[in-house]
Amino acid sequence: MEYENVWILGEQNNDEIDVVSFELLKRGRELADKLNVDLIALMPGYGLESEQLEELIHYGADKVISVDHKMLSDFLVDPHINVVTSLVNKYKPEIVIASATTTGRSVAPAVAINCHAGLTADCTGLDIDDETGNLIQTRPAIGGNILATIKTPNHRPQMATVRPHSNQPLTPDNNRTGEIIREKVEGELLKTRIKQVDFKPIDEEGGNIQDAEIVVAGGKGCSKEENFEMIEKLAELLDGAVGASREAVDLGWISYPHQVGLSGKTVSPKLYVAAGISGAVQHLAGIKTAENIVTINNDPEAQIFSVADFSIQADMFQILPLLIEKLEKRKQSKAQN
Amino acid sequence: MKLIVPIKQVPETSNVKMDPETGTMVRSGVEQIINPLDLYAIEAAIRLKEKFGGEIITLTMGPPSADKALREAIAMGCDRGILLSHKDFAGADTWSTSYVLAKAIEKIGDYDVIFCGERATDGDTGQVGPGIASWLKIPFLTYVSGIDQTNQETMTVERNVEAGYQILKIQKPCLFTVVKEINFPRLPTLKGKKKARDIEIPTWTPQNIDVDPENLGLNGSPTRVVKISKPKVSREGEKLMPESDQEIEDSVGKLIEYFEKLEII
Ligand SMILES: Cc1cc2nc3c(=O)[nH]c(=O)nc-3n(C[C@H](O)[C@H](O)[C@H](O)COP(=O)(O)OP(=O)(O)OC[C@H]3O[C@@H](n4cnc5c(N)ncnc54)[C@H](O)[C@@H]3O)c2cc1C
Ligand SMILES: Nc1ncnc2c1ncn2[C@@H]1O[C@H](COP(=O)(O)O)[C@@H](O)[C@H]1O
Repeated sequence: MEYENVWILGEQNNDEIDVVSFELLKRGRELADKLNVDLIALMPGYGLESEQLEELIHYGADKVISVDHKMLSDFLVDPHINVVTSLVNKYKPEIVIASATTTGRSVAPAVAINCHAGLTADCTGLDIDDETGNLIQTRPAIGGNILATIKTPNHRPQMATVRPHSNQPLTPDNNRTGEIIREKVEGELLKTRIKQVDFKPIDEEGGNIQDAEIVVAGGKGCSKEENFEMIEKLAELLDGAVGASREAVDLGWISYPHQVGLSGKTVSPKLYVAAGISGAVQHLAGIKTAENIVTINNDPEAQIFSVADFSIQADMFQILPLLIEKLEKRKQSKAQN
Repeated sequence: MKLIVPIKQVPETSNVKMDPETGTMVRSGVEQIINPLDLYAIEAAIRLKEKFGGEIITLTMGPPSADKALREAIAMGCDRGILLSHKDFAGADTWSTSYVLAKAIEKIGDYDVIFCGERATDGDTGQVGPGIASWLKIPFLTYVSGIDQTNQETMTVERNVEAGYQILKIQKPCLFTVVKEINFPRLPTLKGKKKARDIEIPTWTPQNIDVDPENLGLNGSPTRVVKISKPKVSREGEKLMPESDQEIEDSVGKLIEYFEKLEII
């Protein structure tokens, strides 16, 4: 059988389909249209309703392959990998794209080994070569210093992971229809050598920077721990999460899960605000896919200016308190109206 | 316990110089170091050994000079090192790299736990760890941020995911890729440095491990880098340089307008 069609690997989060699935559908739709093939969403999970699966079609899929089993409710690595491997072997997709989430980054490399497929991590661009129909994958490497273009000429499927939140989903079209295929899985495929004993959600304020639409980050320029509260305050006013440079984390002003950059997290928010951050290449590596970057820094030479969409070159201790005051006033007057 | 730590030697990238003409990295004069994130894997293995005894073997696939990385790992506390080096290994992608490392680990045999770094700072894929485990058909966990318990047959660990921490029990033998949160790597000791200087590090070639030559190096790699380019960094955004109080006030006003334009407030 020939390898055909574009697949995206959907993810479930509690009782919902994770938004990364819809983001992938947009990328997948572009590729499938260029190749003139079907876009198929593979959706392993548990307890999703038909209406929820149909959303995948509204967001761009032609077909959905749903695998529903209790063993797929928590992410236990083994069953997910086995199920995806077996369905890739059965249906032979030409392209498989997954999100570069902690789940996608675990499943995709294992499936690539099992299926003898090439896998490109953390792509920022995907396209089709007009001549050969091969997948063209672009990704940053060496701490964001270069962009590499990668192809998988002789192996199928061609696999890639894509940064979560590096693009918006399509506007859903509720009139789109498509087929939902239900695949039964059993026995060996569902065996696991890993068990979840507990789950501790991050509940601290300004928690999850990777899922946030807005991230307000502070660096060494805050100069002491008390001043970092300004960053937290601004994040709160903008309904965003709190990020930090490595310096700020190393100085103990905030915990490691908030670190943005090469050895921290990659974020792709709609807005990234960097205050008192110089913009070292390792920090920039984590924010390259942010849609809009605002920076406040008093050093005319700071690197961060070169990547920012809106900059204020000034003392952050003059800017931030004023900004916070104005935003608070705005909120109050809005609440009154 | 027999613990294995695959490490990678990478260029020190804190101030990488790029050749503006070719878009490639200027390698001359760039120091080669242990992938910084691998130090956490080494430390995790040392801590486990301190508790349960045993042996730590570190291995790397790379040029002959990568032997320096192994010696640094030994200076920190690994017991011995193995260098996988041969022209046939060169140009390997993550598929082929994890194949060779898995074959070498199979030859070492009888291992309990393999610790990898979360990702290498040069290639930056994080695929080699899960790849090794898949070749070896052992269970693995990525993003491990803590080790709670270790028994004869199982380990209980913490895994840092987007929404929080999974606490998971995994059967041994197993592989972990660890994140920075897991520990604080120690510095080499004097005694360790002396041992590292004197120790003999064997070099394994395809002849030493049971590999299929078809799977090696560039030829055995499904992916191909076809182009390297310079990312466009400049966004050419608007920049205000307020000085007087009035100018400061105005710039904050402009910033608020910018937020409004983005429809975030
Ligand atoms: C292997 C490796 C991995 C790394 N990973 C990461 C990573 O993941 N994330 C990360 O962030 N870094 C990382 N780094 C560190 C990185 O190289 C920088 O050291 C770090 O990003 C600098 O943090 P900073 O911008 O807060 O501090 P600094 O570089 O000290 O910058 C502080 C900035 O604040 C400005 N400032 C000071 N006072 C004021 C004021 N009153 N008002 C306005 N501006 C002010 C200064 O002009 C300066 O630009 C890594 C380094 C290495 C070698
Ligand atoms: N050539 C190599 N030799 C030994 N270990 C490696 C090699 N490449 C990668 N690794 C291991 O795999 C991890 C992830 O690397 P990567 O998938 O390249 O980002 C590293 O932190 C190392 O632990």
